[in-house]
Amino acid sequence: MASSSELLYTEEHNLVRKMAYDFTRNEVMPIIAEHDRNHSFPHELLPRMAQLGFLGICLPACYGGAGMDFLSLGIVSEALEYGDSSVRETVAVHLALHALPIFQWGTEEQKRTFLPGLAAGDQIACFGLTEPGAGSDAAALQARAQRQGGEYILSGEKMWITLADVADRFLVFAKTQPDQGARGISAFILERGWKGLSTGTLEGKMGVRASNTGWINMQEVRVPAEYRLGQEGEGFKIAMSCLDNARFGVAAGSVGIIRACIDESVKYALQRKTFGKPIAEHQLIQQMIAQMQQDLDIGELLVWKAGTLKNQGVRNTRETSMAKWFCTEAARRAADNAVQIHGAYGYSDEYNVERHLRNTKSAVIYEGTSQIHTLMQAAYTLGMREDRPLRCPMPAYDPDAWQ
Amino acid sequence: MNIAVLIKQTPDTAELPKISVEEALSGELRATMVLNPWDEFAVEEAIDLSDRFGCQTTAVSMGRADETDALKHALAMGVENALLVDEEVASGGDEWAAADALAAAVTKVGEERDVELVLAGKMSVDGNSGVIYAGVACKLGWDLLVNVTRIVDIADGTLIAEQAFEGGQETVEVPLPVVISVAKEINEPRYPSFMGIRKASRAAIPVLGSADIQVAASSTARWTDLEKPEVEQVQVRIIEGDSVEEKAARLADALMAEKVI
Repeated sequence: MASSSELLYTEEHNLVRKMAYDFTRNEVMPIIAEHDRNHSFPHELLPRMAQLGFLGICLPACYGGAGMDFLSLGIVSEALEYGDSSVRETVAVHLALHALPIFQWGTEEQKRTFLPGLAAGDQIACFGLTEPGAGSDAAALQARAQRQGGEYILSGEKMWITLADVADRFLVFAKTQPDQGARGISAFILERGWKGLSTGTLEGKMGVRASNTGWINMQEVRVPAEYRLGQEGEGFKIAMSCLDNARFGVAAGSVGIIRACIDESVKYALQRKTFGKPIAEHQLIQQMIAQMQQDLDIGELLVWKAGTLKNQGVRNTRETSMAKWFCTEAARRAADNAVQIHGAYGYSDEYNVERHLRNTKSAVIYEGTSQIHTLMQAAYTLGMREDRPLRCPMPAYDPDAWQ
Repeated sequence: MNIAVLIKQTPDTAELPKISVEEALSGELRATMVLNPWDEFAVEEAIDLSDRFGCQTTAVSMGRADETDALKHALAMGVENALLVDEEVASGGDEWAAADALAAAVTKVGEERDVELVLAGKMSVDGNSGVIYAGVACKLGWDLLVNVTRIVDIADGTLIAEQAFEGGQETVEVPLPVVISVAKEINEPRYPSFMGIRKASRAAIPVLGSADIQVAASSTARWTDLEKPEVEQVQVRIIEGDSVEEKAARLADALMAEKVI
């Protein structure tokens, strides 16, 4: 019998859901707690995820992708984060923040050069926008790129970069016209091994410990002009459009966290007894469970709405921001309540819920803090913000052409 | 030589304990329905044999006319064709009637695709009878191999397989056609591919009804009563010790005292 949420989706989507959740339960969950404890990256999952097509799920088959739609990306993101945020982050960064921008903004030659290897997992890729002194205020970035003949010379540092020490390719942003603010930023694809490019890992994270987070240092890295993505000065728009892709995955993944918290809390609440009865019969426990379910139902609908707009090729910055803002905050609430329901056991890593709580704290910070999304939503509603058409909008999903 | 693989749609094993007696009796299960886990090994083996020997594969299942989730899963894994037998053809019947219906379906498939090998899982996680494939072999008049852990070769009308039995293993050679039930050691079932999922979601699965096949009525074995087993009260003991070796030794002693080992 299909659940009510399954009825929002096609049979194809529900087959994807079963496959992705089976993968998470069989391959991710048995190993991820240990990786989290050890702060180690689960390299062993990458070939499996590549083989299944996760790394190029919503890229057209002509570029090596699986030719599925954006709702399928959401479903896979949800399923992976049901296991752990780190695994979902890998797909988000590699695909949504690197491969999809090339698909959206790249020349045909760039698409044919870069995308097949990314979709196959032959190269792993990341995204470098944040700097030590520029996070939410991305336009204040300090990295510089100076044109010299057929090359650019890049210098600068990127910080808090997911997969920095794992990736083979880097999409980084640097100012080509420093006096023009956001309009002076350009985007570049860099490759590991280039002279002057080095990376490192940041230690001591509170959450997403099974993901690699680090820094990228660029000391006069020579970048061929054909590795520039988009036009000169278009980098800020490209970066913001990348966030539309990645925030969607973050939102969908957060739905997976809420679902995991519900599953674990319900199971525990029905077994654990206090005062002679299962704690599930105590009303204050029921209140927390009901809140989680309400958040899950709302989150699912917001993700479905954003994904549907993406499939239709409709600009969805506002809807995706809303989904990201709501779902990450709801996931943090759900994980907090799940730990509370588990009591002292929830405070230990014997159960998954404490890991979800640590992970969700990062989700309300990255891809736009909750405060940034609050301001965005207010600006939209007050008529102070309007999305203008992009030179290169993300194409609508076309099942015939993509498959 | 082509292959028919017998599969069943069953409740997700994680949800089996939630199913009530009333649901089981009526057949109206409020559970996520999946491909019977034991049958996944048979489907995987069919796909693998198809790759090795270039044969065609058809998944055959019996159920209600809209119960196609398991067949779609098999298609998504890579089976080429699917066929559903409407359970009404064996209405009120027992395992023998079900075997008769499935054997008739295999014969139907064979009329088009020359089936010489039938694969099946060892049992279903809901009915647990583990006799359907034997009944199918009997109805078809074919040889039967059970608990097969490896299909070594198929050549010149003969199949060579490794078969596990208590305390050992043997290699056997049988003439085709043959019915085989596979053990879980035979392979590791693959996940559906996105290409397979697309194909499966678009597939129209043909249904065989009583106008297509005739089944001899049989109701020798019937459920006279059905009840849920009592929930076992499990006690947990934490084995303490100063070292791993000491803990292991105490655990072994405890297991022997309980006659577990």
